[in-house]
Amino acid sequence: MANDDIWILGINMTKFGKHKDLDTVDLAAQAARAALADGGVTMNDIGVIAAGNLMGGGGIGQQLQKQIGQTGVPVYNVSNACATGATALRTAIMAIKAGETEMGLAVGVEKLAGAGLLGGGGKAKSDKKTWEPSGRYGAVASIDGRIGTNAMPGIFAQVGMEYGHRYGGTSFELFARIAEKNHSHSTLNPLAAYTKRMTLEEIMNDVMIAYPNTRSMCSANCDGAAAAVVTTGAKLKTLSKEQQRRAVKVAASVLTTDPWQEACQVLPDVNTLTRNAAKQAYEQAGVGPDELDLVELHDCFATAELVHYDNLMLCEEGGAVDFFNSGATWRDGRMPVNVSGGLQSKGHPIAATGIANVWEICHHLRGEAGDRQIEGAKVGLAHVIGLGSACGVHILERSGL
Amino acid sequence: MAKQVPLVDYLQLGEQPHLTAHRCVDCGARYFDRRNACASCFGDRFVEETVATEGEVRAFTIVTFAAPGVPVPFVAAVIDCGGVSVRANLVHVEPDADHVHLGMKVRLVTFPIGTDDDGVEAIAFGFEPLVPAATAGGA
Ligand SMILES: [Zn+2]
Repeated sequence: MANDDIWILGINMTKFGKHKDLDTVDLAAQAARAALADGGVTMNDIGVIAAGNLMGGGGIGQQLQKQIGQTGVPVYNVSNACATGATALRTAIMAIKAGETEMGLAVGVEKLAGAGLLGGGGKAKSDKKTWEPSGRYGAVASIDGRIGTNAMPGIFAQVGMEYGHRYGGTSFELFARIAEKNHSHSTLNPLAAYTKRMTLEEIMNDVMIAYPNTRSMCSANCDGAAAAVVTTGAKLKTLSKEQQRRAVKVAASVLTTDPWQEACQVLPDVNTLTRNAAKQAYEQAGVGPDELDLVELHDCFATAELVHYDNLMLCEEGGAVDFFNSGATWRDGRMPVNVSGGLQSKGHPIAATGIANVWEICHHLRGEAGDRQIEGAKVGLAHVIGLGSACGVHILERSGL
Repeated sequence: MAKQVPLVDYLQLGEQPHLTAHRCVDCGARYFDRRNACASCFGDRFVEETVATEGEVRAFTIVTFAAPGVPVPFVAAVIDCGGVSVRANLVHVEPDADHVHLGMKVRLVTFPIGTDDDGVEAIAFGFEPLVPAATAGGA
């Protein structure tokens, strides 16, 4: 191991679901303490903390310190929509790469159970009694529902439909079959919020949210946290053989935003930044998509999973439908995608997701994934995207020991 | 006739209602919202440009579950109007997958959405099918 390589020494995710008796800080503390224990280190070893939480009151990093150890190290509270967890991880990695410290802790946590629809409304106040233009569109009333939709299910539905318009082959049933795969995968994941297999009929007949996404094709709001301890190759060499064996190499850590595209002002472009992140990550890691043993990608909606097969270059450009229809992305296929159950069944506690996806990959690379283990997994990729937009891609490699 | 105000400032009312975009003088990028500088080339000179009132549906969704106060169902779409992507609702069409389809040709229409305490009428826009769905039937 090279001295300046970055390694995940310890990592953990809490059970995703409803945690009535745990608050945001409890969940973050649970994941952080478990990640430290998993790595065989304590807060005394941590030189930097990066923490993310979107729905709480702010300052989650310092709140967490007060519960698990106030050592005076710098805290970076980060916020990057659904890419917040990946951003926290990347922030800790950057601090280490900059030589400021040799070990960092990244945490993401969210309490979302029962939160309902995200992205829409917000400004649900009734329209004014006298029309008064406001905002950058000079709008005299709320535009959500009058000029398209601001809510996530509809935005991502259009993302999938646009792909279908460009390349053909999509249908309501095709998108539903992607959800069928993920719900099937979730039955093997005890930490998933929902672990119930669903038939294609059940998925298609579920409550329609935004065609073609029914409720079971949307990510599940839930509570959860995830945390990771990262360090350098130089530091890892000083640790035990067991710690070295279980450590997972961060072969690539990339964060991108969306470059300007003609249509991005009317429909967020989730494609270009993902493709850019993937390209950079494959180059950094020196691996190609064909060398991946498993992928956890941001299936916030069934319609989103399809386009990311293409964006992450798991298939030929325009070939996502054929790729899915080949069975490749089922857990027994040649490129298992979202064997955790994905956001649709594992759940999507927003700021935790970007680290939880990395945890899933690490779990397989360490050979610790139990019933859902992808045998012999050596390399995996974790992807998240937050609208706005931010995309995080991490490529992880099994320790050679 | 009642005084009217557009829902958004890029909707131009009058004899032939249409949308306008701020076009970057340097690179041609178009924006519906107010911009401090061009996101594409960082230039800061914009001119008003008329956007075609007919186009083709490039993406759509039928929203059946929305934030409180937003009436459902409605069809949200991205329409390619002569190379400018426009976000709008599709109107005068049954909001179901048998009647709305990708590639559908549509045109801009305007309609009132309410009157304020001063008697001013707010006018919104949407896009309707160019060819009424003849086989749509039912109803
Ligand atoms: Zn420009």
